[in-house]
Amino acid sequence: MKILVPIKRVPDPATTIRVLPDGSGIATDNVKWVINPFDEIAIEEALRIKEKQSGGEIVLATVGQTTWQEQLRTGLAMGADRAILVKNDGYLDSLGIAKVLARVISDEKPELVLLGKQAIDDDSNQTGQMLAELLGWPQATFASKVEIAESKVTVIREVDGGLETIAFKLPAIITTDLRLNEPRYASLPGIMKARKKELKEIPLDSLGLALSPKLKIKKLTAPPKRQAGKKVGSVAELVSVLHTEAKVI
Amino acid sequence: MGDVLVFAEHLGGHFPKTTLTAVNAGTELAKRRGGSAIAVVMGDAPDAVAAEIAKYGAAKVIALKHPALKNYLADAHAAALAALVKKTGAEFVLTTATAEGKDLMPRLAARLDAPMASEITAINDDGTYVRPMYAGNAMATIELEGPVKVITVRGTAFDAAKPAPSASPVENLDAEIDSATLKQEFVSFNQTKSDRPQLTEARIVVSGGRGLKSGENFKVVLEPLVDEMGAAMGASRAAVDAGFVPNDLQVGQTGKVVAPELYVAVGISGAIQHLAGMKDSKIIAAINKDEEAPIFSVADYGLVADLFKAVPEMVEELKKVKAH
Ligand SMILES: Cc1cc2nc3c(=O)[nH]c(=O)nc-3n(C[C@H](O)[C@H](O)[C@H](O)COP(=O)(O)OP(=O)(O)OC[C@H]3O[C@@H](n4cnc5c(N)ncnc54)[C@H](O)[C@@H]3O)c2cc1C
Repeated sequence: MKILVPIKRVPDPATTIRVLPDGSGIATDNVKWVINPFDEIAIEEALRIKEKQSGGEIVLATVGQTTWQEQLRTGLAMGADRAILVKNDGYLDSLGIAKVLARVISDEKPELVLLGKQAIDDDSNQTGQMLAELLGWPQATFASKVEIAESKVTVIREVDGGLETIAFKLPAIITTDLRLNEPRYASLPGIMKARKKELKEIPLDSLGLALSPKLKIKKLTAPPKRQAGKKVGSVAELVSVLHTEAKVI
Repeated sequence: MGDVLVFAEHLGGHFPKTTLTAVNAGTELAKRRGGSAIAVVMGDAPDAVAAEIAKYGAAKVIALKHPALKNYLADAHAAALAALVKKTGAEFVLTTATAEGKDLMPRLAARLDAPMASEITAINDDGTYVRPMYAGNAMATIELEGPVKVITVRGTAFDAAKPAPSASPVENLDAEIDSATLKQEFVSFNQTKSDRPQLTEARIVVSGGRGLKSGENFKVVLEPLVDEMGAAMGASRAAVDAGFVPNDLQVGQTGKVVAPELYVAVGISGAIQHLAGMKDSKIIAAINKDEEAPIFSVADYGLVADLFKAVPEMVEELKKVKAH
């Protein structure tokens, strides 16, 4: 089966994020860039499906700058077969990204698209669902288990209050949640092999899409900082302050 | 112009408090933009829930009926809601960022070729909105353009709608859905059974982390505290990943966002991803044996102690307070 995995480059989740004083963005010096953790889970799931079916192809795709090649190479080192970078230096909103990916997908014709439920930079949680609608495909977001039998897919989803199971036929979009799997690290031989794998660059302009973002970010501000309170010396004191001072119990 | 369709989530004849949050936020938005808020209840038999929602002050309630809307599924719901947006000429579609809201609204936005703002925390008078990014480390002021805009609101940032003096009028409509285009099939819902309050609705939340060390300890050590306080139980990602507690108890950037009157963090270090889900709580108390744990930098009251000793003691102390 051919699986396409869209990925995004984001700051390492362990990075301390600071808003620039002029509000134009975040400080990027000292930021380590990584594959969005949920997308890593998507790559891992694609690899497991390929291993189980002992065949198929995994294509990575991203819409970003030349530097994003790094994350594509990391994904190739994990075991994906080839990668596509749609080169774009400008700003696109989620719907714009989804339109570009929908175009790549209609050229590549994968049977399954796996991607993260949210990118940990803008935290929007939109692209997969938008992509499903643009393609007219079924969607399963927040997947914690994926089962494929013939061309039928059954997905267990993490929803409020429990787990939901839905099913559909391929082609389909699945977005990953944390419990789906634990992504592997790229091995040394994997990293060596990745250097020779195909990484195709496509200029965004060449796709001839009309994209004008309708969501605009005017400015960023730092959130109000919560002050640390006091340490209490004993359990009795804790209960007492919660009761008499905070009056919450 | 200015009308707001509020998607009213419901399950098994009931609606969660987050639905009332959406009704209130939608009413607020409509007021600012010069329109009215219309709550939309979708289902194969939406009448009873629609009558319930009608008690909460929306200008109107639309009960949208179709057999394909029996169970919530993104494709059918997006199709029906998009058709209703066109029919009513509404400018906004809004709901709370619950699992269902997050699943549905982006699909709807794509169908309407509309921009979408996720989990807004404020509606500004100048037409802009505020939403958190980077696990709440940046607040973005954003603008949405175009004839239709799609919005989810963060449940903790808006109050729930209160019962209104008179009921809203209810309009019954058949949903326009081309059944041939539907591809998703509902199989089952495995509900987590619990007699405790809902995590996102509780006045007090007690959460446990990796420090609890096992699912068994959640039961014998933490749960007595949870129940003594009449609280909802939450957890860190580490505790969920380790299988100590079910997935839907995860609090944080990529789990649930809560802001109760009291949040008690037990054996949780306070990673930025966890703080993103609870730092707007009114009072935060933390029990951790490591005095350097980052959770103490946001806690109003911190106790440096071994939880296995402190938590049972706290249950006893609470009983004493209650007895008074
Ligand atoms: C993409 C991504 C998304 C994430 N999303 C979330 C999220 O939504 N929510 C979330 O919570 N995390 C999330 N995380 C994980 C987060 O980064 C932390 O790893 C996690 O919150 C740590 O959980 P913890 O505090 O329980 O465990 P730890 O960090 O291991 O902390 C355990 C704490 O328990 C204390 N302790 C141990 N034993 C005792 C004892 N006997 N008595 C008292 N204290 C004790 C220790 O001192 C320590 O502070 C995410 C991470 C990533 C990469």
